[in-house]
Amino acid sequence: MNVTSSILSVRDLGMSFGGVKAVDGLSLSVERGAIHGLIGPNGAGKTTTFNVISGYYTPSEGEVLFQGDRISGLPMYEVARRGVVRTFQHSTLFAEMTVLENALVGTHLAHRPKLAAAVAGLDKRDRNAALEKARAALDYFGLLSTADSRAGDLSHGHQRALGLAVAMASGPEVLLLDEPFTGMNPEETRTMMGLMEKLRDSGRTILIVEHDMRAIMGLCDRITVMNFGKLLTHGRPHEIRSHPEVISAYLGSARNVA
Amino acid sequence: MPSQLTRAGLWLLLICMLLAVPHGLSFSQQEILVFLTINVLVVTSYRLLALTGEWSLGHVVIMGVGAYASALASKELGIAVPVAMITGALTAALVAFGLSYPLFRMKGFYFLIGSFAAGEIIRLLWKRFRDPFGGPKGIKKIEPMPDFDIVIWRFDFFEPVSYYYFCLVVVGLSLWIMWRIEKSPLGLTFHAIHWQDKLAESAGINVRAYKTLAFVIASGFSGLAGALLAHYIGTINPNSFDLEQMVFVLTWTIVGGTATFFGPILGCAALVILNEIVLREFGFEQGRPLIYGFVLILSVLFLPRGLEGLLQDFTGALRGRGRQGSRQ
Ligand SMILES: Nc1ncnc2c1ncn2[C@@H]1O[C@H](COP(=O)(O)OP(=O)(O)OP(=O)(O)O)[C@@H](O)[C@H]1O
Ligand SMILES: [Mg+2]
Repeated sequence: MNVTSSILSVRDLGMSFGGVKAVDGLSLSVERGAIHGLIGPNGAGKTTTFNVISGYYTPSEGEVLFQGDRISGLPMYEVARRGVVRTFQHSTLFAEMTVLENALVGTHLAHRPKLAAAVAGLDKRDRNAALEKARAALDYFGLLSTADSRAGDLSHGHQRALGLAVAMASGPEVLLLDEPFTGMNPEETRTMMGLMEKLRDSGRTILIVEHDMRAIMGLCDRITVMNFGKLLTHGRPHEIRSHPEVISAYLGSARNVA
Repeated sequence: MPSQLTRAGLWLLLICMLLAVPHGLSFSQQEILVFLTINVLVVTSYRLLALTGEWSLGHVVIMGVGAYASALASKELGIAVPVAMITGALTAALVAFGLSYPLFRMKGFYFLIGSFAAGEIIRLLWKRFRDPFGGPKGIKKIEPMPDFDIVIWRFDFFEPVSYYYFCLVVVGLSLWIMWRIEKSPLGLTFHAIHWQDKLAESAGINVRAYKTLAFVIASGFSGLAGALLAHYIGTINPNSFDLEQMVFVLTWTIVGGTATFFGPILGCAALVILNEIVLREFGFEQGRPLIYGFVLILSVLFLPRGLEGLLQDFTGALRGRGRQGSRQ
C-alpha cells in the first residue's frame, strides 16, 4: 500500500455500542482518485464505519485521517467542510422540499447564507451561483427535468440519485456512498456506474459500500472486506473474488459473490 | 406586467384597509386592535424559530425581557422611548443567545421543556429582585411614546389610533425583514434543518449555529413586541408574561398553521376577533381559556393544516389549480 498517495485512512478504528463491538480494530487506506469498495455481510459494520468517518459518531478507539489531518471526533458539518461528504443507506432527503431546493442545500458550503445581505437583497450573485451549481449537480445525475417536483414524490431510484446530487453539489474531495444502487433497476445502476467512473476520472475519490457484487467488482480499483466489525482482507477485485475466506463469509450469510 | 400591477394594487388595497380599520371602531376596540397588531409580531417571530423545527415555551417570557429592558431603559436610564424599544429588542436577542447554549444541547420535547424552565427562571428573577424589576408588582408608570408631528399629522400616543399606526409601521417593517429572511437561502437552511437535520449537517450546515441564529432573531422581534406593549399599557409585571399568554400564542400559531408565513397571523387575527366579538359581546370573557382549548382541539382534529390550509384550498379552488407554494 502506498501511504503517500492515500487521501483518507482509518487506523485501528473501534466503535462499540454498549457491549457490541460494531467496528473492531479496522484499518484501511483509500488512495486519492480511486474508487474503493467496502463490502461485507449484513451487520459487518460498514455503515458504522461510515458514521464514524463522517463524524456522526466519535470512535471509541483509533482515528481517521484525511489528508494527514485527524478528522475523527470532529462534528459532521466540520468533516463535510474539510471535504468528506457522505450519503445515507436509507434514502435521506428533504422530502417536503423540491428537488432543486434539495440540491441548493448541497451548495451551502460554497455559498453560506448571510443574514444582512439576504435581507438587503445584496446576495444576488451568490444566489445565482448557487442556483447554477445546484442545477449542474441535478443535470449530472439526470434530474434536471424533475427540478420542481417534491423530492418525496420521486421514484426510489431517482431519490437515490438525488442523494448523490446533494452530496455532489457541496463539491467534496471524498464521497462516501452507502449502498447507492439499492432501489435502482439494472439500467439505472449501469448509468450510475458510468457517472461514478466519470467522477473518479475528474479527480474525486469514492469510498463505496454496496451489496451488488457485480457493480462492486466492475467499478472498484480496491476493495476492503469486513466481517464482524474486523478487517477480513483487502485487495484488487480479482483477488477478492477468489478469496476463500470472503466466499465463506458471504456463504455464511447466504449471499453470493458474483 | 399585469400580474405585477394587480399585486401592487392588492398591496395598496390592504394598506388602505389597515389604515381605515380603526375609524369604524369604538375606543376599546381600537385598543384591542393595538394588541392584535403587537401579537401579530409575536406569532410571526414565533414561527421563525418553528421553521427550524423547534418549539419553545419561552417565547412570551423573552417578549417580557424586551418589555422589562425597554421600560427600565427609559425609566431608569432616561433613554428616549424609541431608542429604549430597540434596546429592549437587543436585550431579548442577547438573553436568547445566552440561553441557546444550554437549550440547543436538547431538541424536540426536551427543548420544549427546557425552554419552559428557562422562562420560569427569568420570571422568578423578576419576582425576586424588587430592584430593578419591581418584584411581583412589576414596573408601573412606564414612559409613554412621546407625541410628535409629521407635517400636519399630530401623533398623540394616548390615542389608540396613533399608537396603532405607529405599531403598524414597526410591525410591518419587522414582518418584511422576516419575510425576506424566510425567502432567502437562510430560510432554506432553516427548512432543511427542520426536515432532516442529519442530512443538513452532512451538507456542512452547522445545525446548532443556525438554530441559534433563528432563536436570536425570533427573540429580538419578540422583545420588540414586548417593548411596544410595555410603553402602551404603561405597567408590566411577571404575570403579564406567564404560561397562559404562551398558550394563547401557541393556539394562534397552531390554529393558523405554520406552513406559510401568513398562517399564524391568520390564526391570531381570527381568534382575537372571535374572542372580542363573540365572547365579549355575550359577556363570556372568563371563558376564554376554555374556548381556546376547545378551538385548539377542534383545529388539531379537523384542520391539521390550520386555517391557512383551508384558505389555500379555497383560493386553489378559485384559481382552479392545486396548492403549490414555491420558495426561493
Ligand atoms: N446505534 C447503534 N446502537 C447499537 N448497535 C448498533 C448501532 N448501530 C449499529 N449497531 C450494530 O452494529 C453492527 C453493525 O451495523 P452496521 O449498520 O454498521 O452494519 P452494515 O455492515 O452496514 O450492515 P448492512 O449491510 O445490513 O447495512 C450491527 O450488529 C448493528 O446491530
Ligand atoms: Mg449498512
